[in-house]
Amino acid sequence: MPDVQALVNEFLNKLKKRKIEGSQATAKQTAELLRSVISQQRVPRTNQAGALIDAVRAIGEQLIVANPIELAVGNIVRRVLHIIREEDLSLTTAAVAELNLSTVSDDDDDGGGGDQDDRPVLSAAAVAAAARNTLRPPSLQMLLEGAPDFVAVPRSSSSGGDSEGKSKSMDRNSRTRKLKHDIIEAVNELIQDITTCHELIAEQAVEHIHQNEVILTLGSSKTVLEFLCAAKEKKRSFRVFVAEGAPRYQGHLLAKELVARGLQTTLITDSAVFAMISRVNMVIVGSHAVMANGGVIAPVGMNMVALAAQKHAVPFVVLAGSHKLCPLYPHNPEVLLNELRSPSELLDFGEFSDCLDFGSGDGSPLLHVVNPTFDYVPPKAVSLFITDTGGHNPSYMYRLIADYYSADDLVVQRRHAAGN
Amino acid sequence: MDPRRPPRTVPDPKVRHVGFFAPGADAPPPPDRSNSAPPDPLSSSPPAAAHLTPPGTSISPVMIPPPRHSAAPLSPRRRDSFIVGSYSGKRFLDVGSPTASTASATDDWALPTSADSAWVGDTVGAGASSLPPVGSAAMIAKGLASSVPATAGLTAVSNVHRSAGVSGKPSGAASKVQGDKPKQSKPLKEKTTKAERRALQEAQRAAKAAAKAGVGGKASVHMSEVVLASDVESVEVPKAHFQRNDIAAVNEKKVIDRQLEKDRKKDVPQPRMQYDDKSRVEKAKKRAVLKQTEARNRVELFRHLPQYERGTLLPDLQSRFFQLDPVHPAISKVGFQYLSGDISGSNARCIAMLQAIREAIIDYSVPPGKALVRDLTSKIGSYVSFLIECRPLSISMGNAIRYLKNRIAKLPLTLSESEAKATVVADIDRFIHDKIILADKMIVKHAVTKIRDGDVLLTYGSSSVVEMILLHAHELGKQFRVVVVDSRPKLEGQLLLRKLVGKGLSCTYTHINAISYIMHEVSRVFLGASSVLSNGTVYSRVGTACVAMVAHTFHVPVMVCCETYKFHERVQLDSICSNELGDPDVICKVRGRDEINFLDGWTNGNNLQLLNLIYDATPSDYVSMIITDYGMVPPTSVPVIVREYRKEQLWI
Repeated sequence: MPDVQALVNEFLNKLKKRKIEGSQATAKQTAELLRSVISQQRVPRTNQAGALIDAVRAIGEQLIVANPIELAVGNIVRRVLHIIREEDLSLTTAAVAELNLSTVSDDDDDGGGGDQDDRPVLSAAAVAAAARNTLRPPSLQMLLEGAPDFVAVPRSSSSGGDSEGKSKSMDRNSRTRKLKHDIIEAVNELIQDITTCHELIAEQAVEHIHQNEVILTLGSSKTVLEFLCAAKEKKRSFRVFVAEGAPRYQGHLLAKELVARGLQTTLITDSAVFAMISRVNMVIVGSHAVMANGGVIAPVGMNMVALAAQKHAVPFVVLAGSHKLCPLYPHNPEVLLNELRSPSELLDFGEFSDCLDFGSGDGSPLLHVVNPTFDYVPPKAVSLFITDTGGHNPSYMYRLIADYYSADDLVVQRRHAAGN
Repeated sequence: MDPRRPPRTVPDPKVRHVGFFAPGADAPPPPDRSNSAPPDPLSSSPPAAAHLTPPGTSISPVMIPPPRHSAAPLSPRRRDSFIVGSYSGKRFLDVGSPTASTASATDDWALPTSADSAWVGDTVGAGASSLPPVGSAAMIAKGLASSVPATAGLTAVSNVHRSAGVSGKPSGAASKVQGDKPKQSKPLKEKTTKAERRALQEAQRAAKAAAKAGVGGKASVHMSEVVLASDVESVEVPKAHFQRNDIAAVNEKKVIDRQLEKDRKKDVPQPRMQYDDKSRVEKAKKRAVLKQTEARNRVELFRHLPQYERGTLLPDLQSRFFQLDPVHPAISKVGFQYLSGDISGSNARCIAMLQAIREAIIDYSVPPGKALVRDLTSKIGSYVSFLIECRPLSISMGNAIRYLKNRIAKLPLTLSESEAKATVVADIDRFIHDKIILADKMIVKHAVTKIRDGDVLLTYGSSSVVEMILLHAHELGKQFRVVVVDSRPKLEGQLLLRKLVGKGLSCTYTHINAISYIMHEVSRVFLGASSVLSNGTVYSRVGTACVAMVAHTFHVPVMVCCETYKFHERVQLDSICSNELGDPDVICKVRGRDEINFLDGWTNGNNLQLLNLIYDATPSDYVSMIITDYGMVPPTSVPVIVREYRKEQLWI
């Protein structure tokens, strides 16, 4: 346990100091950290899943507070929570099914005895259906039967405990180990997904880029780089305009990478975006996070590009790995989900030191420098999202997100706030 | 030619107006009208028309009624429809209106041709100097109208033939019509018949079309057309006889017209040098003073713009400083400053150029055996081409040069050399004072009224006039905050920021990417402009369009401050066709951020191009208001100002 705490603290420090660049790296590290947390966590006999959820949640809160702007952290915490619930559920379902199978003759009694506390009698099929209900779109049968959706909700931790309690004691050891094992397997899969999401997205490049296309992008994104290169490897020849993306000038980096891979690249200033957009066929950009309403948190300047693209009816395509899908709906994201960076990126302190002095005059300086990190692109400006599961409309994002997260975890900090 | 068809030509509002207000004046039908019923195009109706206009009412050839070759026999139905469509139909009904209907018939006949009449006019006009047949046609007219000079005769002829008033000069026709209109309105009111008014309308319309089509049209002369023209001419001879008196009277006016016409022609913006035209580039290179080497990685999209190596230019110029014979030192100094970027901002550049030329003119003396007007004009031309080599002229500078050349061309021949020079110098001073300095004061005066207490004003880059506005508003004690938005590579906003903060204004500084972050708190946007084009497009520092677009999206009013001397009749829809490219190397180096060096050593590759656009075009949709020295106008009023201003400038 102490070594986990040390790991957590180290990661927290990194987050607080903004040492980790990029949502992919953050997501991956978060998942790895949570994996070690889970593996180190000692689980009680009963209510294993509940204990794991609590542990992950506690650490997740800290991580989110450490960098509330980096939404990928919260996303991964929620996904791990979701994984725990899911694995637990599948085990439970299996157990119930087993139980039902073993006691076919008196399933009524047994079922009644097992779920005596707060739930009505549920057949294994119903449990499975309810479980599916949280994950997948409702089936026609579900809709017709009007099966209670709410049943699925309170089932989380208590059901684990209950089913645990009622199952045979000889299963217990193997099952406790199995739950943890399954969860870690699933988290490993998640990490794998995060690592390979570029490739999955890049695979779709040829479907979207045609010969002689002119593509504009802003700043630098590994996903965009891979995407463009994948199209290049498929012998498509096209030209790329790269807006440099002040004040970080990541566009220079991207331009260099693209040139190194033999793509016709033109580097332009950000101010020339409007001038050039009329000759561009498609705008392809990366993102920082995708909100549940289809809005995009992206590097600063993106809204300008999106507006220009919208005015010229140029498709604005956002590439986003699934770890960037955030289940929250944004409120005032320009301010609340933004971060102001150092003015030194814009102005030379030496040159303007006299103007930036807070001590002179009435205490407030004459000169303010605003250097935001992110821009919010509203969903209506986005033509298409390309994620590792394919292309989606902005209006569909909420549904896609529902596949990855359970409704219980949307507010990770709730308990934290209540506790304090 | 469908007789059922109602007259398609809707009367021009102005002409209609005339007819409506003075119905009595043209009520008495000419006695010979009814006589001319047999549709003999040669003798009957044109004489009637010519007879109608009393001698001395300076009538232009455009007004001469169309020839009635195809005067079709009347059909009553046709007459009916005509009556329905016309204001003064009653009169025609009384008369029995043979001529009227023939006139309308010819109108209808003329309409289909009016489409091609544009280029017909072109060909005739272009062939004027070079083609004997036209010349002979003109000669006939000349012989008849004793003293009409050949070219005027030619325009007259072509007008007569084409019935739609197609004139020889594509733009000249339009100007002539315009120029004549006010003066003719009176005689029109009293004496013209319906047919003539229609003819006039047609003429104006066709002339407009011709002017439109003629701007870019290369006139390839078709012999057949010319032959046709001369044929019709011979047919028309009798008519010219009748006109003789008029022509004598018109003569004087025509001279003025021609002058005007020439000026107009000069006004039409010359096609710009296209740098993808290899032969022309070669020619230009031979003339060039500076040795320019083409940039290695030219941006494909901008091949039509000059893309030269910057690095070698300045040292080259320096090394040959003392060999620059044809260039006055003041000019070359300004050239240096342009090249090195010491002078930027279109007002500053324009003033610097004019003052350099002024100095050059003061030191100028006419070489023996040459005329001042011609020699000075060519001298200025060479100065300007030198300056262009240093940096392409801005539109405002082009306007200033045009003004100057115009003034020189108009110098009276009687002036002595020193007087002439003094006049030109005074003209330059006047231009700088009136058109730039006073204009800025007026703009400041207007714009300050739009600043209220508590406003947050956003400006982009560094515009001299916006700076004046902000400082003046501050001096007036208005409480407001300024957001200075800046962009790479020039970071001109920092200069503005320094000046504003120095004067005690509260400022916020940010870069263009953060524009949609900062726009939430902004209440007004003030932008400068390099030029405003006549379709309302604002041609300005690159990034202006982005700022205006975002402001428009956030429903923040956008005010563009621009002196009227920067207005130009050119139109432009995008930022690609005409632009200026700056030094590409500054793109990959970020000033003050040495850690951004990803592209060091990569600029030589074939795949990487660096694009440093200087200007962009802001669509007029994003502009709420243009603040000029003539007041605050919507972007749609720009062509009006361009027209009025042009006139004023020409007629001073």
